[in-house]
Amino acid sequence: MKGFDVKVENVSRAYGNFKALDDVSIEIKKGEFFSLLGPSGCGKTTLLRIIAGFDSPDTGIVLLDGKDILPLSPDKRQVNTVFQSYALFPHLSVYENVAFPLRLRKVPHAILDARVKEYLHLVQLEEHIHKKPAKLSGGQKQRVAIARALINEPSVLLLDEPLSALDAKLRQNLLVELDHLHDQIGITFIYVTHDQSEALSISDRIAVMNQGKVLQIGTPYEIYESPATDFVARFIGETNLFPAVVKACIPYEDYYMTTLDIPALGAQIKVTDYDDLPEGQHVSFTVRPEKLKITGDKPTRVGKDINLFKGIVEEPIYSGFQSKYYVSLENETVVKVIQQHANYMDEGPDIDWKDQVYVSWSAEDGYIVEVVDS
Amino acid sequence: MNNLQQEKRGRRLGITYSAPMGIWLTLFFLIPLSIIILYSFLKKGLYGGVEWEFTLTAYKQMLNPNFMRVFWRTLWVATFATVITILLALPCGYAMARSRHQVFWLGMVIIPFWTNSLIRIYAWIAILSSEGFVNETLRTLGIIKESLPLIYNQGAVITVLIYMYIPFAILPLFTTIDKFDFQLLEAARDLGASKPESIVKVLMPNIRGGIVTAVIFTFIPIFGAYTVPLLVGGKDSYMIGNIIVDQVTKTRNWPLASAFSLIITLVSTLGVIWMMATAANESARRKTPVKVVDSSGGSE
Repeated sequence: MKGFDVKVENVSRAYGNFKALDDVSIEIKKGEFFSLLGPSGCGKTTLLRIIAGFDSPDTGIVLLDGKDILPLSPDKRQVNTVFQSYALFPHLSVYENVAFPLRLRKVPHAILDARVKEYLHLVQLEEHIHKKPAKLSGGQKQRVAIARALINEPSVLLLDEPLSALDAKLRQNLLVELDHLHDQIGITFIYVTHDQSEALSISDRIAVMNQGKVLQIGTPYEIYESPATDFVARFIGETNLFPAVVKACIPYEDYYMTTLDIPALGAQIKVTDYDDLPEGQHVSFTVRPEKLKITGDKPTRVGKDINLFKGIVEEPIYSGFQSKYYVSLENETVVKVIQQHANYMDEGPDIDWKDQVYVSWSAEDGYIVEVVDS
Repeated sequence: MNNLQQEKRGRRLGITYSAPMGIWLTLFFLIPLSIIILYSFLKKGLYGGVEWEFTLTAYKQMLNPNFMRVFWRTLWVATFATVITILLALPCGYAMARSRHQVFWLGMVIIPFWTNSLIRIYAWIAILSSEGFVNETLRTLGIIKESLPLIYNQGAVITVLIYMYIPFAILPLFTTIDKFDFQLLEAARDLGASKPESIVKVLMPNIRGGIVTAVIFTFIPIFGAYTVPLLVGGKDSYMIGNIIVDQVTKTRNWPLASAFSLIITLVSTLGVIWMMATAANESARRKTPVKVVDSSGGSE
């Protein structure tokens, strides 16, 4: 791995009364593809700007390869940025944009030319070298920005929502390209995004942020399957989330079979958990829509660790490869269910609007998100 | 074929639409200019006016070393004052564009226009004269005993000229810098440029249009200035504008006055042509229809 590790320690930054970053600590490993994920205003861009050197924290330190970089101006840091709006120089051609950092360092012409062509080749833009940025499409501008940021051979590449201005299809393609690029050059990438699917699909690890705080740091599947807070559960993917109270907690194989009382459902459900929770403890419970099973007929064999509810389909949303149903359970609590269409369907999905259905899930598929003190 | 006819009709319509402007320009620009050109080739009348006799006397008189000295001085003063004006206006425009109180600063730049320019020049006399504000203050503070020669010299002329025309430089600079994407400066810094490098290599090339406009807007009026050198200048501050006035009102040499006017017009026109050429380059560079270029290329 050629990249450097980045350590952010207890960084806070306030603008007047607004706390953009509130005691943030993150350790990013060498060569990692690390994402900062959160809604707008969560502080992710502020953190990126602090690492790049465009902003400085009120307290805390930032270490690059173990060295404090906060005293260095942006041009002295081995970090380069791909800006959200690309920030290409409109008066320079594609070639000159990419050559800009080398010209500043007065690199001899022969070396400069070879390097610029190498990086334009890397991002597949050789044919457009003499065009001005205004003549390029969004995706091409994006690539120029990446080539320009990489030509200085930084140890860390910062990407500030680089795909947000592009349409969905192109975004998917560029995401794959970005992943290849990361594998190819092996430096540390720090990627800022508000798009959870982007972050999940490309990152080695993700830090989920909200209101200036880091809520959870983990691999994409850790964040999706075991969200640390209600906010993370709701922000990443879709979910059904309920406040609940622990009724019983019985050791079961190597975990605990927990019975939860869920007021919203007016019922008790079972969920497995690794913690021995005391009776009466308030928690939040989540189960992802795709983990719920929906059937028209009542399932014949129901195991004792299956949660089963009867309901009415309020809103079926068919989208080809899957259908999403909003099912109103007996006391009018609505849950989301996603059904994959794995088999060929001659006559469309067999569940329709206002059908009576059964929704079920195994105790192992639910997850206790957060212990709420009360 | 139909297309062609339509095009022709379009062209005829264009002429109709441009008629008011054309008439205006003919009446107030072309005709007076023609008169000036014509007069400059005629013989001077005894009590002003001209006699209808073709002669190049005016142009021969213009080559008089005294006049040539005034011409070179005017060129030098205009160039020097313009350069200083732009150098002062650039940081002003930049600060205004980055300020959160743009309207306030715009107001501050525009307010002086509410006062007649002659009154503003007299205000400068009150400030600079030997009994004026500056000298009195310095004397009261005991810094000087004798008055400093702040007025009726070249320095006063240049100072007041800069004061008079700096708003004309600030406004176009402000508008272009305001449209500038400041993230480009961050990008430059990120890529290894120092602060001055980012200004010279990224800001300056991108606001060139504004700088050219500011130069034209200040250089042309300063080149033709006559009240400022007349009121705050000394014997050696005469500019072409003063010669023209003298030739019309005192010496009654209208052909010579016309010839000098023509020189001012020519220098100004050359400036405008330069500006338009630069602006055309600029728009050719920027406003080419943004095509989504795919690698295969179009049929054009």
